[in-house]
Amino acid sequence: MTLSVRRRVSRDSGKRRDLLERIVLQGPGLLFITIFMAIPITLVAIYSIFQRGRFGGVVYKFTIENFSRAFDSVYLGILLDSLKIAGITTVLAIIVGYPTAYAIAKLPIKWRSIALVLVVIPFWTNFLIRTYSWIMLFNREGLLNHALLKFNIIHTPLDLLYTQSAVVVGLLYGYLPLMILPLYASIERLDPQLGEAAANLGATKVRAFFSLTLPLTASGLIAGSIFVFIPSLGNFIVPELLGGGKTVMVGNLIRDQFLKARDWPFGSVLALSVIALVFIFFMIQNVVEKRFSSDNNE
Amino acid sequence: MHSVFGNHGKKIVVSSIAVSLLLLMSACSSSSTQSTAGLDPEADLTKQSLVISNWAAYNPPDLAASFQKALGAKMTITNHATNEEIMAKLTSGADSGIDVAFVSGQYAQALAAQGLLEPIDAALIPNLRNLYPEASNLSYDVGNKFSVPYTWGTTGICYRKDLTGFDPTSWNDLLNPAANVKGKTTMLATERWLMLPAQKLLGISANSTSASDMEKVKAQLIATKKTLLAYDDTTFYTRLVSGEASMVEAWDGWCNYGITDNKNIKFVIPKEGSDLWVDTMVILKTSKNKEAAHAFINYILDPTVNSWVISNVLYKTPDKAAMDLTAPKLGITYPNMLMTPAELLKGEGLTDLGASGPMYTKTATEVTSSK
Repeated sequence: MTLSVRRRVSRDSGKRRDLLERIVLQGPGLLFITIFMAIPITLVAIYSIFQRGRFGGVVYKFTIENFSRAFDSVYLGILLDSLKIAGITTVLAIIVGYPTAYAIAKLPIKWRSIALVLVVIPFWTNFLIRTYSWIMLFNREGLLNHALLKFNIIHTPLDLLYTQSAVVVGLLYGYLPLMILPLYASIERLDPQLGEAAANLGATKVRAFFSLTLPLTASGLIAGSIFVFIPSLGNFIVPELLGGGKTVMVGNLIRDQFLKARDWPFGSVLALSVIALVFIFFMIQNVVEKRFSSDNNE
Repeated sequence: MHSVFGNHGKKIVVSSIAVSLLLLMSACSSSSTQSTAGLDPEADLTKQSLVISNWAAYNPPDLAASFQKALGAKMTITNHATNEEIMAKLTSGADSGIDVAFVSGQYAQALAAQGLLEPIDAALIPNLRNLYPEASNLSYDVGNKFSVPYTWGTTGICYRKDLTGFDPTSWNDLLNPAANVKGKTTMLATERWLMLPAQKLLGISANSTSASDMEKVKAQLIATKKTLLAYDDTTFYTRLVSGEASMVEAWDGWCNYGITDNKNIKFVIPKEGSDLWVDTMVILKTSKNKEAAHAFINYILDPTVNSWVISNVLYKTPDKAAMDLTAPKLGITYPNMLMTPAELLKGEGLTDLGASGPMYTKTATEVTSSK
């Protein structure tokens, strides 16, 4: 009550200052997004309704053929595969990331920051190089196989790469920190007294986790899932390197339309459909998160 | 096929004396012949400046400086990563500011068809006589009317006999591999070369636009996919070196990079035949420095200049004078450098697919995404 009164007072007295403040604070960000996101996406949308130029580019003759082509079973299959791969990656990231984030949050403070730095360290190296180094490690003539053979643990080299599972594991490796960090942030905020209260009231640890900890950290979980799912869905480096080019994801498909097939309009349609999908996922996130937060208020 | 190059080979130092001599010769011969395109053979090149677009690391690193020293014209070299990229620039309608572009043969053909190229004035390029006679009989531009070939080559099987235990002779050895090489082969993923082995094995043209041909090619390639280690356009030769793969589809020049590291690596053109690719130099009609542009192409065809690409990129060139200077010695280590023009020309020249492009792309997607 007092808060809303105060807010109203300040609104009345400083409307103009508010506006100025808003322009100064939001202006650079909005300008950046407009120039580097809204305009390119508009261009992509425009390209999608024209015909392919013979040497790339577009010929400005209207067509809807690009959209009907996107419904071909080959492309739908690739899209479904990509959703499946990104989905599995996200679930695995939750399974691996949640306990990790939980453990870090329970560490003494000075160890916490060290642990967090360790989580982030892989980001100091370029993603492409990190992924390529996996080939060095895990290929048939790689370090791991050589070591296992030398110690007589195996007798024929293991084929660990160039499968769909290798793609999932590679994506998991690449994006796991993006799951751990938001989860850590929300777990760390948990009030330990809530857990004690639950225990005093007779809740088992499992019960306390599912009816207390999990709902309270849902926002971190959802944020982490989005952070892992979206870049996994659009990734084309991992399928190419660790998948040996034998797994095609929608990212590869879009890249190929622009860089190899000289079919910008079709590439634009595919890009738009991924944007639409991602948008739908954001809507779902929004709804789920709202439900959780209203649950918490009750 | 131009992005990764070994650091082997000696740098060719261009002797300024040789260049000035050649210059003198070129000046004499061009003034004795009448120029047909209204170009001035006596033009003061120091007043002209060139913009060249080429693939990165595909010309001597000091080319601009040595060219200016030799001929007086200033030169800027820009890079393109792919044919598609430079084509987009050159066909956009506006003046790209580029005087000379390096593009593959089928793209030169398409640019010429659109009237974007300046006809080559042979009188201004006396070094054309350095070319093999076969080099003026290339399907995309017979007589080199609009383009001058820079490098050429083909595609075949690059393999390690110590791992395969036999010498492959047919595309069938790659496409339907024997048990001991199964899972140890790679194929190129760029669509024209993805299709090529199956097309040749089935006796189909590498430029075929027939849908029923494509169905047969697709069926073979989907069957082959299950036997592949990976699709690989860039690191296939390192896989041979490490022993991860024992047989790969490869461009001849790139197989040489593997041979540099492992002498067991060999290259063969399968008996069913292969392709012939040519990278060319073209002069844009919009160029305001056409005399300098011709002088540049002439300079590139100088054997001491052209030797650079042979020794450092390990590609063959249609420049006989340069090949005679360099290839015999390189051929000891890299036997495919000794391939004769007649052997190369058995390969089918790749031409632009026009409206059938999307069919190739879709088939490539169907193959690489098949399960």
